[in-house]
Amino acid sequence: MLKLKLRLDLINRARTAAQEIASSFDWLFAEYSSVTIERTILRLLGIDGATKDRKPLPNLVINDLKSHSALGKGAAWWVANAAIAYDKTPQQIAEIVAHGDIQLSKVKSQSPDKIRKLLDTCSDKSLSHIKKQKQYREKQFRKYGDRRQPAIYVIVATGNIYEDAVQAQAAARQGADIIAVIRSTAQSLLDYVPYGATTEGFGGTFATQENFRIMRKALDEVSSEVNRYISLTNYASGLCMPEIAAMGAIERLDLMLNDAMYGILFRDINPRRTLLDQYFSRMINAYAGIEIQTGEDNYLTTSDAVEKAYTVTASQLINEQFALKSGIKPDKMGLGHAFEINPEMENGFLYELAHALLTKELFPDSPVKYMPPTKFASGNIFKTHLMDAMFNFVGQLTGQGVQLLGMMTEAIHTPHLADRSLAIENACYVFNNIRDLGAELSIDPKGFINTRAAHVLEEATLFLEKVAEEGLFTAMERGEFADIKRPEFGGKGLDGVFRKEQGYLNPFLDKMKASLKI
Amino acid sequence: MTRVKSSVIKPYGDTHNDGKMQLSFTLPVRPDELGKEAARQLLAKMGFDDIDICGVRDMSGGFTHFIAYAGTTASIDISKISVKTVDTKVMSLEETDEYILTYIGRPITVVGACIESDAHTVGIDAIMNMKGYNHRYGLERYKYFNAINLGAQVTCEDLLQRVRNEQVDAVLVSQIVTQKNIHIKNLTRLIELAEAEGLRDGILFVCGGPRISHELAIELGYDAGFGTGSYATDVASYIAITLAERMIKAR
Repeated sequence: MLKLKLRLDLINRARTAAQEIASSFDWLFAEYSSVTIERTILRLLGIDGATKDRKPLPNLVINDLKSHSALGKGAAWWVANAAIAYDKTPQQIAEIVAHGDIQLSKVKSQSPDKIRKLLDTCSDKSLSHIKKQKQYREKQFRKYGDRRQPAIYVIVATGNIYEDAVQAQAAARQGADIIAVIRSTAQSLLDYVPYGATTEGFGGTFATQENFRIMRKALDEVSSEVNRYISLTNYASGLCMPEIAAMGAIERLDLMLNDAMYGILFRDINPRRTLLDQYFSRMINAYAGIEIQTGEDNYLTTSDAVEKAYTVTASQLINEQFALKSGIKPDKMGLGHAFEINPEMENGFLYELAHALLTKELFPDSPVKYMPPTKFASGNIFKTHLMDAMFNFVGQLTGQGVQLLGMMTEAIHTPHLADRSLAIENACYVFNNIRDLGAELSIDPKGFINTRAAHVLEEATLFLEKVAEEGLFTAMERGEFADIKRPEFGGKGLDGVFRKEQGYLNPFLDKMKASLKI
Repeated sequence: MTRVKSSVIKPYGDTHNDGKMQLSFTLPVRPDELGKEAARQLLAKMGFDDIDICGVRDMSGGFTHFIAYAGTTASIDISKISVKTVDTKVMSLEETDEYILTYIGRPITVVGACIESDAHTVGIDAIMNMKGYNHRYGLERYKYFNAINLGAQVTCEDLLQRVRNEQVDAVLVSQIVTQKNIHIKNLTRLIELAEAEGLRDGILFVCGGPRISHELAIELGYDAGFGTGSYATDVASYIAITLAERMIKAR
C-alpha cells in the first residue's frame, strides 16, 4: 500500500506549534464580536427580508444599534427587549426599525428574565430546525449510501440561479456528487448578503438564501432520480462569513468553503475581523453537520508550488486547530491542497504525488479537498485535459476525499455544459481504471517521493514553530504567508469589530458550545 | 512536387487545401439519428462539406455533445490581412535594466491593479510579482522598475488616486473576468475617468488579460494590450522602449 515513512516527532511538533498559534486568539473570541456575527444572530432569530431599495433588514437593525453606540450589548438583547415591549416578533421589530419608527436603544428596558426567556424560545426554535436539516441529510446518506471517494465536485457559475439549477442537475446525472455555485466575483467584499433570487452575476452567482433554497430543491429532485444524495456547497468567506454559514445551515447546504485565513491573505480583509468571524461561522457549520473546506490551493497559485509547498502544510495544520476550537471534528474538515506544479518540470508528477500523500497521511480522517491545475491551464484545451487526467490519477491513487474537477476550458470561460461533462468522463475513467492500484504499490522509504514529503514536513514544522514564537499577526505583517503582507490593523472590515460589554448575549454561541462540548 | 505558394489558404488536415477542421458543440437534442442529422445539417448550413459526425455523447436532460470533422469551403487571403501588434523588441531582464539606465536614466514607476469587481490577481501577479511566471521574473525584480502592485478589486478612482500621488510613468490593468463583457466596461470606465481628470496624456496605459488583444486595447483607448502568453519581459520591454522613444521625441 502507498504509505510514507514520516518522522512522528516532527508531526507532533508541527501540531503543537499550530495549536499554540490557534490558542493565542482565545482573548479575541471571548471578548469581541463583529457586525456580521450580530447580523447572523438576527438571521437565526428569524429576521430576513430587505427594503424596497434592497437593504437587508439585518443590516438596518445593526446600523441602528451601531449609530447609537449600543452594539456592545449585542443585537439579540435589544431586539428581544423591543419585542417584549411592543409584543411583536423579532421580524416585526426589524421591519419597524427599518421603517425608522423606533430606535432600539431608546425602547424602555424590560425584565432581563423575560428577555432571556424569549431569546431561549427563539433560539431553540431555529436550532431545532438546523438539527432537523442535519438529520435529514444523514438520513439521505443512509438511504442512498455514502459519498464516493474521491467525490466528484464540479462548479456551476452562470450568474443566473435558474440556469445554474439546470446545469447542476445535468452534472448530477453525468456523475457529479457535489455541486458548488461559484459566487459573483465581488461578493466577498460586500458587508451584507443580497436578498432574493438573482439572475445576474459576474464570474458566478450571488450567494443569497433564496438562491440556496432554489438550488437545494433542484438537487433534492435530481438526488431521487439518480439515487445518490447530491451535495451542495457554497462559500462562507469574505465579510459575511457567519451569515452565509447560517443561511447554509438553514437551507441544508452540505459543505462550505470556510478558511480561517483566506480572507486576510487573498481578499485583504482585516485579520482580527476574519479570525473572529471564522470562529463563529465554523461553529455554525459544526452544529449543522456541514463539512468545511479550506483554501490552501491559493498559496500555490500566488507562489511557486514546489518552493512554497510547506506553506500549504502549515496552513492545513493551523486550519485544523482553529476548526477544532469551533467544534469541528476531523471527519468534517476538508483541508485543501492543489496540483499546481509547472507541467514542464521534470518529475513534476513525483512531487505532486509526494505532496498529496503527505496531506493524506497528516489528516487520515479528513475528507481532504484536492484542487486541479489552474495556473498552468492554458487555451490549449487538449493539454489541459491531459493535465486534469494526471491530477485525477493522483487523486484516486492517494485516496483524496473530494476531487474538485479540472475543466479543460479553465483558462477560457466558466464551464459550458460539455466542458463539465468531459471533465466528469475524464475523472470516472481514471478513477475506475486504477481503482485498486494504490493497494498494489509501495513507496521506497529512501526514494525521491518519501524524501520530498519528509522535507516539506520538516520545512512546515520549522515554519510553524517560528510563527508560534513571533505570533501569527506578526508573521502575516511580514508577508510570511503567500508573500503577502497584512498588518493587524489594516484591511477591510476592522470598523465592524467591537468589544463586548457587560451583559452581552449571543444565545446561539452559548447553546452551540454546550451542544458541541467545547 | 513543388507547389506555387499562394496567399489564399485553407485549413490543412493531411492534404493541401482539404479544409479539414475539428469541431465540437452541444445541441439541445437527444443522442439519436435525428440529433445526429441535426448536427450534420447545422454544419452543412455553415458551409462545411465532407461532414463526419464522429462522436456523439449523451449529456442527459436532452443535451448531446457532438464531435465532428468536416471540410470548410471557405478560404482566406492572408495578403489582405492587417493586424495591430506590439512590435517593440523583447529584451531580457538585464537588457531592459541596461536599456532604461542608458536611455531614461532613472527608474520607471509602474502602478498595476485588477480593477473594479475583478478579484483574480493571477495576471497582474504574473507580470509584476518578484517571482513572475514560468521562469520570467516580474517587474518587482527589475532594478530600474519601481513596481507598485495594488492587487485585486481596486476601484478606478483608487487607482487614479495613486497615479496622481506617485510620479507614475505607466499604468498596468489586468482583467480576467469577462462574463457579459464586464472587462470592456471596466477598462472603458478607467480610461474615461483618466481623461476627465487629465491623467491620460504623458502616462502609458497598458491592459492585459485572456480576452485582451493589442487591437482591442487600442480601440478602447489604451496604448497597448497583452493577451494570453505574454510575460513580464514583453511588458517591461514595451514600456521601456516606448517611454524612451517618447522622451526622445519630446526633446
